[in-house]
Amino acid sequence: MEQAVQTEELRPPITSVGPIGWVKNNLFNGVFNSILTIVTLLFLWKVVPPFIRWAFIDSAWHTTGQVCRQGAGACWSIIAMNYRFILFGFYPYDLQWRPFLAMMILFGLLFYSRERNHWKRPLAYAWIIGLFTMGLLMKGGILGLTSVESTQWGGLPLTLLLAVFGLTAAYPLGVILALGRRSKMPGVKVLCILYIELIRGVPLISLLFMSAIIFPLFLPEGVTFNKILRAQVAIILFTAAYIAEVVRGGLQAMSRGQYEAAESLGLNYILTMRLVILPQALKIVIPPSVSILISAFKDTSLVVIIALFDLLKTTQSVLSNPEWMGFSREAYVFVAILYFLGCFSMSNYSRKLERELSRGD
Amino acid sequence: MRGFKDSATPEKIPFWLNPKVRAILFQFMTLGMVGLLAYYLISNTLINLQRQNITSGFGFLHKESSFEIGESLIPYSAANTYARALLVGVLNTIKVAFIGVVITIILGTFIGVARLSTNWLLSKLAAIYIEVMQDIPILLQLFFWYAIFYETMPSPEQALNPGGGIYLSNRGVAFTIPEGHPAHKYMLLAFLIGCVIVYVIRRWARKRQEKTGQIFPTFRVGLAIVFGLPFITWLAFGTPMKMDAPKFVGFNFQGGLMVSPEFIALLMGLVLYTAAFVAEVVRAGIQSVSKGQREAAMSIGLRPTLVLNLVILPQALRVIIPPLTSQMLNLTKNSSLAVAIGYPDFVSVANTTMNQTGQSIEGVALIMAVYLFFSLSTSAFMNWYNKRVALVER
Repeated sequence: MEQAVQTEELRPPITSVGPIGWVKNNLFNGVFNSILTIVTLLFLWKVVPPFIRWAFIDSAWHTTGQVCRQGAGACWSIIAMNYRFILFGFYPYDLQWRPFLAMMILFGLLFYSRERNHWKRPLAYAWIIGLFTMGLLMKGGILGLTSVESTQWGGLPLTLLLAVFGLTAAYPLGVILALGRRSKMPGVKVLCILYIELIRGVPLISLLFMSAIIFPLFLPEGVTFNKILRAQVAIILFTAAYIAEVVRGGLQAMSRGQYEAAESLGLNYILTMRLVILPQALKIVIPPSVSILISAFKDTSLVVIIALFDLLKTTQSVLSNPEWMGFSREAYVFVAILYFLGCFSMSNYSRKLERELSRGD
Repeated sequence: MRGFKDSATPEKIPFWLNPKVRAILFQFMTLGMVGLLAYYLISNTLINLQRQNITSGFGFLHKESSFEIGESLIPYSAANTYARALLVGVLNTIKVAFIGVVITIILGTFIGVARLSTNWLLSKLAAIYIEVMQDIPILLQLFFWYAIFYETMPSPEQALNPGGGIYLSNRGVAFTIPEGHPAHKYMLLAFLIGCVIVYVIRRWARKRQEKTGQIFPTFRVGLAIVFGLPFITWLAFGTPMKMDAPKFVGFNFQGGLMVSPEFIALLMGLVLYTAAFVAEVVRAGIQSVSKGQREAAMSIGLRPTLVLNLVILPQALRVIIPPLTSQMLNLTKNSSLAVAIGYPDFVSVANTTMNQTGQSIEGVALIMAVYLFFSLSTSAFMNWYNKRVALVER
């Protein structure tokens, strides 16, 4: 009864494979989705072409403000003509290679630290030397570099400085707070809980106000800190509370067995934490720590309110120049792109890291 | 032989090696250090205050404020006290936070659902929105929206009129609203009574369903009661239809409801920024309910609305609510950035007060206290809620 079946290679209908099939499956599967697609396309049609026209076709790139006012499109000239001030603020014009070099060192270090197999002792030394060199480049005063007062620092280097130093200094403090919150000693525990909850309950801006107005009152007569350092302290105190909560998450994920094993080896508290618990707990919390770095980076923009010349403030002072008044959209879009690039690359990295760590290698 | 002797009569452990004594010592040291630091800072502060001739204390609250506030929910003038000015600020913060939270939840849910849509275009658009909005500082967004209002909107004389009695200008948005009528008070009352009735019906319907298995169409009946009662009241008052349209008089609009550009810029910034985070929370919540749950619910014959109400939502909400609350709290805290664009929220009013009186410590303390109150009351509510919805393992 066996019958040889004539097999014929049937190609699938053109409507279910290829570009048409994809469009059918992903955009027009069902009445509701079809309507959604059409509405979305209409919306894009209304928004995207005028935007492209404004941003690229009718736009002016290298003109003065007067010429810009006659055109209909975007005035990117505001960036092209003022980018040095927006990026570096009041830093002496001839010396701006120094903050530029400092930023390049920072980007280089960040780029090199991306790979997890580079995470060894030499990298830590490289960071310490790198941060020190950056400070030296910014401040000057020795090795034939002209001294530049920190009141003249501004723009992107200041933003990066506040974020990077903020996180670097806040991390150890956050770890101590997290350990304190997990401590069995009620006195220490209550102190840490009070600190963490108090800081997390108030907006950063109230701490910045405190740094600007109240910190000077805390110090004995004659002792003064400069404004940047005070804002930096406020950012550190603020970030530490958030780091403490993230690290606590990592500590809670450690199994009891780890502590018992360390105890049975006769390790004391400090050695248990340093050799057994923290290396594991901190590894778990790397991705959320990157998220905190992202918010710290975004939050540095708040120093505008206490009149530090960070990236946003330098942009605003360009906008208050009568020649460039009224081109806020272009200026803010430029700053937004800078922030976006920074945050997007970090969040992408954090996602990549999370995938790697969850693979368990 | 020495070993034997040691084990037979154990040496007394010196007290500094006793963990209990050590813990107490360590705590004393920590508290002592913190106390010393506090003492040092406070004594410095007191000396500095004395030198600057500032008397500390909250006495200034009863003095005349002598500054005007742009918008207020309660009657206020420069002749009122600082305490009242600060109250105006708190109410303005609550106003923007409340409206912001409601719109954010709605918008964020839509975007979160759009992110999970099978429609590729919509899903990608939602993804781009979430990524872009999360990566731009909120303060920059606020400045951007404020600048858009100031630079691209026409003066009130040439206000844009997109229809529906709405006028857009660089002085804000003017809405046409129904003219004041005593009926409105009773309509609000009818609405509140309707809500209470629906709550009672809901409890009764649930009890009846548990007993008899009969399902009462609570949702439809509830909707009819909540909106029907005010409508009947409206009819009973002879359908007052008169509208209060904004009219251009002199330099600005009069009449109608005028919303300031500061408020709109702040609201837009907060809503668009926080909605991106809420969308991620909603997406994670929906994805946390496994597909099997829906299939199991369908297989026992539940209708789609019941599947959603009884099976999917209770599980998704358990995941969504805690991070959602913290996002709402973030929105409230971020509303303090209003000071940068000149909306008179609490921080802004407190800042003016500090500048006028020099009572900076009290001012910052007040700011912290108000936001702490918001945070702590929210987390108290969250603890209560978490206990209520926590999984009861059987």
